Amino acid sequence: MPSLKELRGRIGSVKQTQKITSAMKLVAASKLKRAQEQAEASRPFALKMSAMLANLAAGVRDLPGAPPLLAGSGKEETHLIVVATSDRGLCGGFNSSIVRAVRRRIAELLDAGKAVKIICIGRKGRDMLRREHGKLIIEFVDGVAGKRRMEYADAALVAQKILDLYAAGEFDVCSIIFNRFKSAVTQIVTLQQIVPVEPPAPVEDTAAASQAEGGAIYEFEPDEEQILSELLPRNLAVQIFGALVENAASEQGARMAAMDNATRNAGEMIRKLTLRYNRQRQAQITKELIEIISGAEAAVG
Amino acid sequence: MAEASTDKLAFELVSPERVLASVHADMVVVPGEDGDFGVLVEHAPLLSLLRPGVISIYQGQQVEQRIFVEGGFAEVNPKGLIVLAEAAAPMGELNLDDARQSLKDAEEDLGDARDPTEPERERLERAITVARARVEALEFQG
Repeated sequence: MPSLKELRGRIGSVKQTQKITSAMKLVAASKLKRAQEQAEASRPFALKMSAMLANLAAGVRDLPGAPPLLAGSGKEETHLIVVATSDRGLCGGFNSSIVRAVRRRIAELLDAGKAVKIICIGRKGRDMLRREHGKLIIEFVDGVAGKRRMEYADAALVAQKILDLYAAGEFDVCSIIFNRFKSAVTQIVTLQQIVPVEPPAPVEDTAAASQAEGGAIYEFEPDEEQILSELLPRNLAVQIFGALVENAASEQGARMAAMDNATRNAGEMIRKLTLRYNRQRQAQITKELIEIISGAEAAVG
Repeated sequence: MAEASTDKLAFELVSPERVLASVHADMVVVPGEDGDFGVLVEHAPLLSLLRPGVISIYQGQQVEQRIFVEGGFAEVNPKGLIVLAEAAAPMGELNLDDARQSLKDAEEDLGDARDPTEPERERLERAITVARARVEALEFQG
């Protein structure tokens, strides 16, 4: 049975913790807003680029000279997995759910006799994967996930690394695993294949417009192949950027939910401890009274 | 996208991070890979690469806005003109000294690189092309 003093101490410390978690929740909420705005702002570019790509890729994909980024390397031996996590913890299941998906994916691929390589963006993912799959991690991109604002230049650098590896024949298929932002409380672990490019379904407004025009024929300048060869690497960067931005918003959402929970739990704990404290205080008073009374009675008798 | 208008061209300039411009203009001149071209309303559908250069937005006979882009893509469709640019800045925000300095830096980078691999060399050369185009655009503007 803890003493009254100990209980008082514990109530105090839980109250302090609650203050911290509720402050973190507020901070996460405001960061979430910013991250969401950014995710929104970066969407038009990605949409338009994939619409453009859909227009172009349809005609070129099956030609013998199709660029390898689109057609693939003809093998599926080595898989490169880009793991996007956060730099900081205290965000609920955000990182562990990504890492769990990665582990499962790695196990699947290894079982199927494929080779696996990993690029980590974000410290947490690297820390969690290092113990088990340390040898598979070929690259760790530091200082990107923790930024207040994702920058396209960072995504472009990562894309460049991936392109260089691809050109050197280091892998055949590349996918990125991140948390897609659905709402502040729901994030969906998403595996997206980025090399070779999955054909974007031609659904966007330009495609609809061209159908309305009876399949408008585009003129190309200089020509389709050249545009495509410029567009594909950029598309890679855009997809990575999109994943990072979604991830940043998800991270803040997850942290907000986790901290909200923690604050509520702390409240519950304070309530219970206070109840116990009061009970014990009353028991003590009663005990002291009994002692006094029985002492007095003994003296009289 | 801005609502359709019959006599003006809907023009959008989009960067990965945000939409930089969304206006209706009488004409937009774009630095295509094979030379500048002007886009008026109801231009034939076109996809083009852009070289680093200046996009001029015309209202009537006047240039209303000039924006420097570091290359990108232009798509003309029945709805209007969309330019996707990885990096862009209004000409007013650039200055000649900085531009010259970055050209010098880019050239030094290439000079300093000890036997760069082919993709590296391409990257460095591209940086120089962009920097040079920026200087030329600013010098031309005076």
